[in-house]
Amino acid sequence: MTVRKNQANLSPAEKRNFVEALLELKRSGRYDTFVTTHNAFIMSDTDNGDRVGHRSPSFLPWHRRYLIEFEQALQAVNPEVALPYWDWTADRSPTSSLWATDFLGGTGRSRDGQVSDGAFAVTAGSWPVSVRVDGRGFLRRALGAGGRQLPTRAEVDSVLAMPTYDTAPWNSASAGFRNHLEGWRGVNLHNRVHTWVGGQMATGVSPNDPVFWLHHAFIDRLWAQWQARHPRSTYLPAATTPNVVDLNDVMRPWNDVTPADMLDHTRHYTYDTAA
Amino acid sequence: MSQLSRRSALGASATALAGLTLTAFARPNGPPGPPSAGHDNRAHSPEGHGHTPTQPKPFDEFFKGRRIQGAPSQHEGHHGVGYSVRIDGRELHVMRNADGTWISVVNHYETFAGPRAVARAAVVELQGAQLVPLL
Repeated sequence: MTVRKNQANLSPAEKRNFVEALLELKRSGRYDTFVTTHNAFIMSDTDNGDRVGHRSPSFLPWHRRYLIEFEQALQAVNPEVALPYWDWTADRSPTSSLWATDFLGGTGRSRDGQVSDGAFAVTAGSWPVSVRVDGRGFLRRALGAGGRQLPTRAEVDSVLAMPTYDTAPWNSASAGFRNHLEGWRGVNLHNRVHTWVGGQMATGVSPNDPVFWLHHAFIDRLWAQWQARHPRSTYLPAATTPNVVDLNDVMRPWNDVTPADMLDHTRHYTYDTAA
Repeated sequence: MSQLSRRSALGASATALAGLTLTAFARPNGPPGPPSAGHDNRAHSPEGHGHTPTQPKPFDEFFKGRRIQGAPSQHEGHHGVGYSVRIDGRELHVMRNADGTWISVVNHYETFAGPRAVARAAVVELQGAQLVPLL
């Protein structure tokens, strides 16, 4: 059974295996197919039209399924690998071990934002940024630029306390847990972390930065924590909602999985500590 | 919801997006009115929009050495945009949120007051790099 661990607790061997599996997916071309898929959804998900991956109730089950698919691709390279999660309420500094040279590498240099250490620096030769929105083919970051701050545990708890999963109009204007976790309203959790990292993570091609997976694994864990805290709450809407994935509707691009199928993560993986 | 009401496949959506990108500024009656360079100090104020579906005004100016332009497109209602932005002549994919704020593919998780503010933020983010055609 796959066990997703806090990235801060990984052994050197676990970090090495994870990084090497990422590099192999990149080399094979498989990695970039995930970037392409994400960008296609982020550009086509709109508040008043079809919306599946973002700004909609299915933000959480869509990303759960997307991460499972990615983790399975990693495991096809090395069955020992599981996606780690980044608890950015605890590891909230550019000097955290997450950003060390033996793991994801650090922030970008000031001149052009280029990450220049670790396995994902363009100078290491193994991480070309090919699926992109501008001419720059190197991984960029600007960790905490402009004095931005990552969300605090208290801010996370304020969102986990919301008992209603989602509300009409089921988009970036909604009240409820999903939109506050996604960040279009309120204290802003998920969106703010993308912006804090900067570089490609702030763009539609955000999975170009491997930290994408660790960020979303933590968002996914927060969903599990919310479920544990609100056992009588569930995914909404239930049925017949235009442009929105209801509980038992299938989700693109897989077309064979529904939000209902994604509610219990323990069918696919567990966490290192109880949710 | 009905599956029939949804675009049938991701491929269809991507194709539609590519079509929008290529044609948004090719319309004979599209592009912007008179330039308003240097006269806008309202970067954080609404740009002629709000909770009503009114279109932001066109703009055409230089910002940090880049030409930024915005204009209503002929695709009102399609993809929910109806407005196109260019940097040095290249399309910047933008999107309006339900609350009237805007984002772009370059700053996709941070909202801005309007398309001019989105274009300016993209210029800062690009650090001189050119946009490339969308997927």
